[in-house]
Amino acid sequence: MIAANRKPFEEIVEMVKPYRKILLLGCNECVTVCAVGGTKEVAVLASELRLYREKEGRPIEITEHTLERNCDPEYVESLRAMAGDYEAMLSMACGCGIQFVGEHYKEKRVLPAVNTTFDGVAEEQGVWAERCLGCGNCVLDRTLGICPVARCAKSLFNGPCGGSSGGKCEVDKDTPCGWQLIVDRFKEMNLMEKYMEIQPLKDWSTSHDGGPRKRVREDLKL
Amino acid sequence: MRLSYPTNVKIVKMPCTGRVDIIHLLKALENGADGVFVAGCLEGECHYLKGNLRAKKRVDHVKELLEECGIGGERVAMYNLSSAQGQRFAEISREMTEKVRALGPNPAKKKENGNDSSK
Repeated sequence: MIAANRKPFEEIVEMVKPYRKILLLGCNECVTVCAVGGTKEVAVLASELRLYREKEGRPIEITEHTLERNCDPEYVESLRAMAGDYEAMLSMACGCGIQFVGEHYKEKRVLPAVNTTFDGVAEEQGVWAERCLGCGNCVLDRTLGICPVARCAKSLFNGPCGGSSGGKCEVDKDTPCGWQLIVDRFKEMNLMEKYMEIQPLKDWSTSHDGGPRKRVREDLKL
Repeated sequence: MRLSYPTNVKIVKMPCTGRVDIIHLLKALENGADGVFVAGCLEGECHYLKGNLRAKKRVDHVKELLEECGIGGERVAMYNLSSAQGQRFAEISREMTEKVRALGPNPAKKKENGNDSSK
């Protein structure tokens, strides 16, 4: 899923300061699963904003609306009939959703209420962690299912750096060293000889370094 | 027991405090309450094992939300008592009412909700 964090309340308050009637959008997909921008979180933010603005003596009218997805035109277009009623849209969808709504409603300001952070998994209830950077050229077969791009802070390909200590990464004592995890896995699988294979330089042009990416399937186009 | 407690306390019955959600507490304040307390079972005695502990975490989270939006986290509270402690319930109701009276009316109260600041 795409994980996100809600922006600090003061930042959101400042963004919606000029407006008295806004549409607060949520998304039923990833941001619902990571408990940041689903129907529940939309209701909480709307309530908080109403309480704040009422206290300030400048009430705000907020309509809460959660789309099935904010990244598909058929759902985004469903806002067409109501969009005109609002001065701005505040979105709790991921960065993709926020942009896509903005592309469809160019006459409106679409404001982000969340900071989109990573592609990850729910390690346990209430804990999410990064797993994929979308480099466009998967190497998980060579590293036994542990990604050196996402799990190593330096995205190294041939073992850990000197900052690996006690199985942890030097950037944060609670973050496991990605290469320690990979080496442990090699050992568990009795495949240490694979660790000795030198990996060639990675072609980063398939990642974002090659510019914004696009995928087209002609057979699916209408 | 013929116990009396402040008439401004409005009771909303829940099957378990584990059902209490963040939005329920915020909505109470949005709708004009000056304070809200959650009365859960004694810790370690939840029939559903963790309902009251979950409620406690949610009340703490609401306190943070109320602090950031300027309403003040002290307007919500969590208490633990057994259903046999009627005396304690009356005591808590008086305690919370006094605490909220001292804080004054809910600053986000809508004008159309009237002037009754003791809810």
